[in-house]
Amino acid sequence: MLDFLTNDLLQLSDSAVRFAIPLLLACLAGLYSERAGIFDIGLEGKMLVAAFAGGAFSAFAGMSVADGGWGMGGWAVWVGLGAAIFASIMLSMIHAFASITLRGNQLISGVAINFFAAGITVLVGQYWFKMGGQTPQLRGGQRFEPITLPFAEALRDVPVIGSIYYDLISGHNIIVYLGFLIVALTWWILFRTRFGLRMRAVGENPGAVDTAGISVVKLRYSALIITGILCGLAGAYLSLGTAAAGFGKDMTAGRGFIALAALIFAKWKPIPAMWATLLFGMLEAIGSKYQTLDLGIIVLPGQFMQALPYILTVVILAGFVGKAIPPKAGGEPYIKER
Amino acid sequence: MSEVAENAGRLDVAAPAIELIGISKAFGSVQANKDISMTVAKGAIHGIVGENGAGKSTLMSILYGFYKADSGSVKINGVPTVINDSHDAIAAGIGMVHQHFMLVDNFTVLENVVLGAEEGATLGPSLRKARKELKRLADEYELDVDPDALIEDISVGFQQRVEILKALYRQAEILILDEPTGVLTPDEADHLFRILRNLKEQGKTIVIITHKLREIMDVTDSVSVMRRGEMTKTIATSSTSPEDLAEAMVGRRVLLEVNKSPAQVGETVMEIVNLSVTDAHGVKRLKNVSFELKRGEILGIAGVSGNGQSELLEVISGIGAAQSGEVRMQGEAIDISPKANAGMRRARGIGHVPEDRHQRGLVMPFMTWENTAFGYHNEPEYSKGFGLANQKYMMQDAREKMERFDIRPPIPQLIASSFSGGNQQKIVLAREIERNPDVLLIGQPTRGVDIGAIEFIHQQIINLRDAGKAILLVSVELDEIQALSDRILVMFDGVIQGERLPENTNEGELGLLMAGVDPEAKA
Repeated sequence: MLDFLTNDLLQLSDSAVRFAIPLLLACLAGLYSERAGIFDIGLEGKMLVAAFAGGAFSAFAGMSVADGGWGMGGWAVWVGLGAAIFASIMLSMIHAFASITLRGNQLISGVAINFFAAGITVLVGQYWFKMGGQTPQLRGGQRFEPITLPFAEALRDVPVIGSIYYDLISGHNIIVYLGFLIVALTWWILFRTRFGLRMRAVGENPGAVDTAGISVVKLRYSALIITGILCGLAGAYLSLGTAAAGFGKDMTAGRGFIALAALIFAKWKPIPAMWATLLFGMLEAIGSKYQTLDLGIIVLPGQFMQALPYILTVVILAGFVGKAIPPKAGGEPYIKER
Repeated sequence: MSEVAENAGRLDVAAPAIELIGISKAFGSVQANKDISMTVAKGAIHGIVGENGAGKSTLMSILYGFYKADSGSVKINGVPTVINDSHDAIAAGIGMVHQHFMLVDNFTVLENVVLGAEEGATLGPSLRKARKELKRLADEYELDVDPDALIEDISVGFQQRVEILKALYRQAEILILDEPTGVLTPDEADHLFRILRNLKEQGKTIVIITHKLREIMDVTDSVSVMRRGEMTKTIATSSTSPEDLAEAMVGRRVLLEVNKSPAQVGETVMEIVNLSVTDAHGVKRLKNVSFELKRGEILGIAGVSGNGQSELLEVISGIGAAQSGEVRMQGEAIDISPKANAGMRRARGIGHVPEDRHQRGLVMPFMTWENTAFGYHNEPEYSKGFGLANQKYMMQDAREKMERFDIRPPIPQLIASSFSGGNQQKIVLAREIERNPDVLLIGQPTRGVDIGAIEFIHQQIINLRDAGKAILLVSVELDEIQALSDRILVMFDGVIQGERLPENTNEGELGLLMAGVDPEAKA
């Protein structure tokens, strides 16, 4: 039993965190957008394009000049990150232009972004690298390396606390720590700053914001820029911060939609968003650790275990987890009424 | 020397708080404001009265920067001021309480007050300052509200106070209120007027838009009357009377020509007994309304919109529910609980031409042959059995209806939204009238309808009456009510303010009743 606690549970928790991070970042990205009154089902597409841009540019930057790269060594991963964020912001601005300026249908714009992303990543990937849409395997300075926190080695042998610190808390890459920092930061922005107040207001009643003398359009664009940045981080984590070490076709695998489900589950609040995505991460971790699970009475097959996060998504979206009230003005373009 | 004295004299007189010069504004082909000029003295309470669509709200929305005037200019305290958006209006010291409150429902009172008037990037200092300021304003003006209450948890009266507090917190010197008592209980309205008088004592200038003459006489110093986009009169309240204002509001109208023989009134077909409706906010919309409707008559219900007519139609037609009272059809009570629906009414021979034909009368993107059958689509002649629609018959039926009602072009495959307003209304009328109902409810039959179609529609209504049917006509157009009705009820604030015969009354008297004044009671 103790063995299970110290080893299996710790190991599960550790991989739950790793699986949760891209979900968490995408979920927070969606939070900014939806709190400002713009539905965003294009999280998936933005993440995918960011993952590709990150993988591709990190590969170019890390390759030696002799091989046709830019020979930037340890800086390569940062070039990749910058490219990922830039690409994601661009897509987010297309969504913003369609749904804020042109007052188009936000769901259709989001779907279009997802389709565009699925196609363009493979097309450009094949053109650049000729590896069937994949980017080359990333190594060393082309990837985010795990960070060993201070005293982790020294405390490693202290019972329970030491192993929690060493195995669970230490040893992740920078984006993981950044992700949790952003949860706290988002809470602070949302509930303690002027920008947060206005953003929450514009998602509930843009008329109130407009008559208070604040530009609805500027506010919503600002929120979508943040959405772009966070989706960029989520995508970069997938290609630059996981064992995949590079971009693979459709590597987001529906995570953008799971993040949306988590957002609803979390009722559009940042701290619950963290717990919701950690829950999804845990299910994914269980699915990948136990191929089959023997419960004594029945044996759950591996396919079922892997489907767990998706099953939970369906359960949440079907409304089985209580009433979730979305921001009231969500999905509606703002037009001054007559 | 005289010149100096004159200049000195001018300096003594404070510039008016608001000066509007030649304001015009059109929405498409509708001229909402025509060359309007108006001055409001500093420290005055100024009323603007007028019927629906007279252009009152548009004018004030221009002053608040919500719309841009096509021409004209604005001076605030004698200084020419360009107001492009609400931000400019706030900077000029103007605050507005909209008819539909501009509040964030799941924010606290404090957050709503602070929104847009924050002091810095973080909220803490602003919220602390606003809390202190709200306390001061509450003490000074009887404007107490719990700063930590959520908007969705407080009553409409309190929500309105929050709107006033928002304006005062932004240092507004000029406060505009659009139909402020429309949603208030009488007690709340009295309280509001006390607040307004307090504000006036502190030197604030107040503009109040309303259609209720009693309020104007009670609370204002001066009043402007608007009619069809024009300002017909501006006068000191003390030197006018409700009768004068009502006349200026309604105007001397040319009566519509309608060919109409005397009504052959038969037995009572519908009785409304003590009907009361309370809305979701707890405001009474209909208060113990009773009347009878007889065969062969057109009973007209006049009134400014929002005085209970819509709720009355909704209950009788089965769309809305009433809390108490009875509706009897041929002596038998019909269901007015929330379980009732429009289909049950149709089965009882009650047809309905809804007030809002776009929302309730038609399905705009659907074709005419579908629209001419809706509501009756389960009738055997439209069906081929097994739940299948008899499209061929529906098409034929629509074509015949379009011919009889002169709907142009008579092509059943055209979608409803491709027709003009008049032709759309004829589609609805054709559907309801051709079903031969015992009672036809008609709301705003000619709203947004061209002159030619108006005549045709009026004639159809009269023909139906002459066929011995009972017609309940609700309209905000007074001349329409006068021209068509055999009997007129005037509604105000959810009650029947008076009943008149068209031949024994005039628009002046009806205008007074519509504004809540009973001329007989006064005499």
